[in-house]
Amino acid sequence: MTKLKTQSLHKRESELANSNRQLEILSNGIFKSGELPKFKDKITEIGQFPLRPKKLEILQINLGYMCNQVCSHCHVDAGPDRKEIMTKKTMQQCLEVIKNTGAHTLDLTGGAPEMNPNFRWFVEEASKAGIKDFIVRSNLTIIRANKKYHDLPEFFKKHNVHVVSSMPHWTRGKTDKQRGEGVFDQSIKALQDLNAIGYGMPNSSLKLDLVYNPSGAFLPGNQASMEKDFKKALLEDFNIQFHNLFAITNLPISRFLDYLIASENYEDYMFALVEAYNPAAVANVMCTNTISISWNGWLYDCDFNQMLDLKVDSKIKHISEYNEDLLNDRNIVISQHCYGCTAGAGSSCQGSVA
Amino acid sequence: MSKTYYDPADLRKFGNITEWSEELGTKFFDYYNSVFQEGALTAREKSLIALAVSHTEQCPYCIDAYTKDGLQRGITKEEMMEAVHVGAAIKSGAALAHGVQMMNKVNKLDG
Repeated sequence: MTKLKTQSLHKRESELANSNRQLEILSNGIFKSGELPKFKDKITEIGQFPLRPKKLEILQINLGYMCNQVCSHCHVDAGPDRKEIMTKKTMQQCLEVIKNTGAHTLDLTGGAPEMNPNFRWFVEEASKAGIKDFIVRSNLTIIRANKKYHDLPEFFKKHNVHVVSSMPHWTRGKTDKQRGEGVFDQSIKALQDLNAIGYGMPNSSLKLDLVYNPSGAFLPGNQASMEKDFKKALLEDFNIQFHNLFAITNLPISRFLDYLIASENYEDYMFALVEAYNPAAVANVMCTNTISISWNGWLYDCDFNQMLDLKVDSKIKHISEYNEDLLNDRNIVISQHCYGCTAGAGSSCQGSVA
Repeated sequence: MSKTYYDPADLRKFGNITEWSEELGTKFFDYYNSVFQEGALTAREKSLIALAVSHTEQCPYCIDAYTKDGLQRGITKEEMMEAVHVGAAIKSGAALAHGVQMMNKVNKLDG
């Protein structure tokens, strides 16, 4: 049984706070011995190496690693003790990019992006750019955490923000085990607040989607079946409605990697990921249509590569020098964690891909 | 050779059964996979039945496999334990029901 930690790996000065150490673990052991094939070899078999971007569709911006929660499996290693947040100057550079991008989706994430003091200003400015789908990844509890956040649902509505929120299970026990005591009740209240102003209701244009990721060392089940079970339970128990459920696989990095190693599940989990490798998912992995921007403006193929500090393999590495055409002409950086996005029906920040 | 009869890592090798008899192995896995598809029963219900039977059969591979399968489907530990009790109740009931045979025999021999 794992007990929820209250500090990030960084604060605890864990060796896994170091991205190089994580990459070492992912390249050694069962992958070095040849017991399991490296991701590069698997995608070479189907002619997908080097992995190349397709048309850019999603700009994902991480506004900072600060969060009011310390979830046990957080791949960001976020928490109240993380002080890295995007400055207004970097936000201004992002706004210039947002005005000119060909991407149709803007996806703000964190940490809790709402904790960035310039969050509302940034949303107001970014919403003027006319992006088709403007996502904020909200952990829900932030809405209830402090009076100053209580009006967030109204703020989201005003700017037609598409809210995407994590919800590991429809029961209190499983949710609190992963995300902290009391998180379930606060999340339910926040969902009810969002429903009350129209978010997630049938035929409503105010989009409310939930993200499910497993609470332990196992892969997510079928997305459509999970969505059916979530909808039934949340409606019956709490009169809550939402639009779509995205089932996301936990990638073996950061706090989830720490958990896998501490619970002696690492090897079995990697075997499960490799066994579930689905070549059909490779063509649609999210790094082929996404650029991830960190709090300090560096560019990455995805949010996971950001956490491993694997910057884009391009001359253009920072938002200050952004050039979409040049950036799209690059090879995507991969390692063994990529198996997480090609397992089963595939996994991305928008759920299944195959 | 392993010094124990059961090795958790052997579960991963189950598919290799086909290597020594491709025809029968393939038939088995086709049948097995068909059984667990959604049908008149949901795949979720079938997973819980499989978990209960795994216990009555006392198959450690099956218990590992269907506990994990249940978690992947979002099945709670309370649901899993109820399923195990259903299996245990049938198993113990089956033993106890044979007590009637004992009673019949006593009555015949010593009635």
